[in-house]
Amino acid sequence: MKIAISSAGKTLDAQVDPRFGRCAYFIVVDTETMQFEAVDNANAAAGGGAGIATAQMIAGKGVEAVLSGNCGPNAYEVLSKADIKVISGVSGVIKDVVENYRNGKYEASNKPNVAGHFGQGLK
Amino acid sequence: MIISVASGKGGTGKTLVATSLALSLKDGHKVMVQDCDVEEPNDHIILKPVITDREPVFNLVPRVDEEKCTYCGTCARVCAFNAIAVINEHVLVFPQMCHGCGACSYLCPEKVITEIPKEIGVVERGEADGISFVQGVLTIGEAMAPPVIRKVKEYSNNDYTIIRDVSPGTSCPVVESIKGSDFCLLVTEPTPFGLNDLILAVETVKELGIPCGIVINRAGVGDSKVADYCVKEGIPLLLNIPLSTDIASLYSRGIPLVEGMPQWRDSFIKLEKQIKEIVSERNSNPQR
Repeated sequence: MKIAISSAGKTLDAQVDPRFGRCAYFIVVDTETMQFEAVDNANAAAGGGAGIATAQMIAGKGVEAVLSGNCGPNAYEVLSKADIKVISGVSGVIKDVVENYRNGKYEASNKPNVAGHFGQGLK
Repeated sequence: MIISVASGKGGTGKTLVATSLALSLKDGHKVMVQDCDVEEPNDHIILKPVITDREPVFNLVPRVDEEKCTYCGTCARVCAFNAIAVINEHVLVFPQMCHGCGACSYLCPEKVITEIPKEIGVVERGEADGISFVQGVLTIGEAMAPPVIRKVKEYSNNDYTIIRDVSPGTSCPVVESIKGSDFCLLVTEPTPFGLNDLILAVETVKELGIPCGIVINRAGVGDSKVADYCVKEGIPLLLNIPLSTDIASLYSRGIPLVEGMPQWRDSFIKLEKQIKEIVSERNSNPQR
């Protein structure tokens, strides 16, 4: 099963990026094999609608869950239509997050955890 | 003549200048105030107009006929504003993000997108003691100010001296408001913040090819860098309004400056004369 984690860097040792729509990268990782791919987020500097565009991009990656610090309402709506679980409130190092996920330590959110434009103020 | 009042930085005194100018000119001119700061119009607090006409403003947003849609995703790809997402067998439209450009419906290969009007605000018209008054009000939660601003501007009329109050910043609503003006007054304060945003505003106005002049409000605080900048750039510094408890006190009670302190009237009448000279000189030397 593949999951996508918003990341500040391109490796499993990177920190989780607290933003979803405007994160720097996604680490798309197979939780069985730990094989991963770092995906540049081209929407990080979008004028508007970063969450919508990023959610659509991630939906094309065939992941079952997205893990991030925060997820706003528009991104949440797109991800849930794509039947992708959203896990927000995630922080720390990517490989620990994957481990926690495998051990069932996270619960999927049933709603967005921040209002729109939240990630615009974070660097 | 259309005089826009902009600033770059917020809270510098655009409304103070716009309303004082309008009230000072109304005895000698036919004056119209256009409040284009549609996210937070506030000239009405000072001018207290009687509103007699309200007209809704619409933005055209896409509606997708999902019966006939093939979910090819073209609409989502061509939307420059990320207002559409196509996911599995769903088309999600986010009307608040939509700029109403029509690309999605124009480029839909199946021709299953129609544009439907969505009310995003209202234009209110009335009169305030001899001043013709128009303001745009964007509905709370809506993000597209320019269509409301364009509707306010439709009431421009050559018979009037038009004072157009502009929102702060230098983004689309500011450009839309200033476009078509004969002159842009830039109200600033003599602080590093005021100067930083003033420079951005000056660059914007220059790009639009509109002559500008500066009003320094709260003169006496900060430093002399705004004045130095005006000299260096050759931008006329047209008026200084000092930092004054009396002015702040009137303003906080919604009393127009030129009513509470009528000695200011002449300064604003003179300000308009200077603007008129700059505009007519420029019109006779259009190459400048």
